[in-house]
Amino acid sequence: MTEPLISLRHLSKHFTMDRDLLGRTTSVLKAVDDLSLDIFPGETFGLVGESGCGKTTVGKLLVDLYTPTAGEIVYGGVDLAKLRPQERRRYCRDIQLIFQDPYASLNPRMPVGDIIAEPIRVNRLQPAEKIDDRVGYLLNAVGLSANYRNRFPHEFSGGQRQRVGIARALAMEPKLIVCDEPVSALDVSIQAQVLNLLDDLSEEFGLTYLFIAHGLNVVKHISDRVGVMYLGKLVEVAPKRELYSNPLHPYTKALLSAIPVTNPALRTERILLEGDVTSPIDPKPGCRFASRCYAKSDCVGCDCDVEMPPLREVSPGHLVACYLHPGD
Amino acid sequence: MSEWNQSSVDEVPMRGSESQKADETFAMGIALPDGEIPVYEHDETLHDKPENQWLEMWRSLRANRAALVSLVFITALVVIAVIGPYITPYNPIETEMSNALKPPSAEHWFGTDQLGMDIFSRVIAGTRVSLTVGLLAVSIALTTGIILGAIAGYAGGWVDTVIMRLMDMMLAVPSILLAITLMAALGKGIDKAVIAIGLVSIPEYARIVRGNILSIKENDYIAAAHVVGLSDARIIFRHVLPNALSVIIVRATLGISSAILDTAALGFLGLGVQPPQPEWGDMLGRARGFIFQAPHTLLYPGMAITATVLAFNLLGDGLRDALDPRARIK
Repeated sequence: MTEPLISLRHLSKHFTMDRDLLGRTTSVLKAVDDLSLDIFPGETFGLVGESGCGKTTVGKLLVDLYTPTAGEIVYGGVDLAKLRPQERRRYCRDIQLIFQDPYASLNPRMPVGDIIAEPIRVNRLQPAEKIDDRVGYLLNAVGLSANYRNRFPHEFSGGQRQRVGIARALAMEPKLIVCDEPVSALDVSIQAQVLNLLDDLSEEFGLTYLFIAHGLNVVKHISDRVGVMYLGKLVEVAPKRELYSNPLHPYTKALLSAIPVTNPALRTERILLEGDVTSPIDPKPGCRFASRCYAKSDCVGCDCDVEMPPLREVSPGHLVACYLHPGD
Repeated sequence: MSEWNQSSVDEVPMRGSESQKADETFAMGIALPDGEIPVYEHDETLHDKPENQWLEMWRSLRANRAALVSLVFITALVVIAVIGPYITPYNPIETEMSNALKPPSAEHWFGTDQLGMDIFSRVIAGTRVSLTVGLLAVSIALTTGIILGAIAGYAGGWVDTVIMRLMDMMLAVPSILLAITLMAALGKGIDKAVIAIGLVSIPEYARIVRGNILSIKENDYIAAAHVVGLSDARIIFRHVLPNALSVIIVRATLGISSAILDTAALGFLGLGVQPPQPEWGDMLGRARGFIFQAPHTLLYPGMAITATVLAFNLLGDGLRDALDPRARIK
């Protein structure tokens, strides 16, 4: 197998919620907890999970907006978390982020041409006289006219703004782009356009994507492999076809059953999860999904309430963290 | 478990029409446009916008009548402040007791005061003091306030706590009282009045700037600026402050008017400009005993203060709109 482009190894990000009088931490939110993941060059890795499961935190850890509590982010043979800020900046240039909200992610007082030119200028990616051409080229690459460069963000629609955000990320000539729910703020018809654009760009610019989404439907279109997250943990990772045809984790099954099916003949029973998402603050030992798991009673003698099951490979490339599928 | 990869009826035309693609896309439940991504051709009706931001701003300001009138008025005030001493019909500090408290007439347009000095000449001569004090005091307060507020808001943590508690301490004392205390320590005189007024209004600016920066800092475009590797200084000056600019400018223009009022108040209390040098507030203060016998002695300096303050406020409003690309009058 090829070398992964980037490896997350036992990555954790904990937020302190409360301290006692002596400043000792008494309550911790485990947004990402001991997560390991490889992303290979050229692939699109879909990361799904419901709100609050930590998927955005993973994205922000990758682009250095958060510092990991523990674990490593290995890129180009070095652990980004251990680098000094100056060096880290050089590596982080290769990892860019596309934001969820196209209305908040563009500076309202900057013409879009400047928004795209600034990263090029500041990082000296192009000689000064070529910046203008580059901006025009990038605008065209994301399907906007180069004549729009002097317009302000508020003069664009949501889909067009998202294209500007994509152009800004491309300006950095990245290897990996973290797409943080890039289409969930857009109209359904525009979603498809932006997804197709991302698809085309990955070929044109040789990009690798970490595509974060809250549902499996969007991810199904664009991903090569899919990881399912639940409360800071990866519960299942598999190639797309495998995951959609043979989901193993009870949570993945529930997510898949929630995708609307257009053909009434194909509709199946929806798996409804009982109860609320368990709080990621001071999680109890045991499987994170145990309190909502409908399959728990099938697993006689399992340690569901004692220890989180490890992520194990059950078939080539298909990993699942569930005692029902011990693997090997 | 094969339900999930079975294709469904789907009459929507799709990109990459092989059934495999269709299979993958159907699950999205959304229609994909056929053909390539729509290319946004150059729309002839949407011409390029002029490059010059200042030109755009000027156009918008010109369209706002109140702001334009205020701008003209303030320009006139500046001209008067510069050439004022040379165009007064009488010497503004020459007393003529036999001619005291005369109502407005052809010789004395605004009448004369209790010492027989020509009020019109004094109002004109006082413009220079009021404007200078207003601008200087605001410059002191604004620069210090922006720097302190920006550091506090952007850095956060203990830096924020130290700076803002200091500001709170200053705000706890009424500003005019603090200014009087400072004047008592520094001594009388207009230069000291400028410093006192400037210093006591720092907390207002620091608070406004900090508050704005706290809210702006949470925006995704600031995170985006971090991701593309911009330095903190560049983020503050290119992304945070421009977005706080409208509030700062409006506050500054309002600040000029309140500094003018404060100077007037200090003058009224006899702490600012020393007689016989003309100053609007001082004129009000000294004439207040004659309000019933000779109301014109208060009316004209009072009107000068009011008109100047109003003009700065209206200009501030206009500037706020002109500086905001979204609110620009087209």
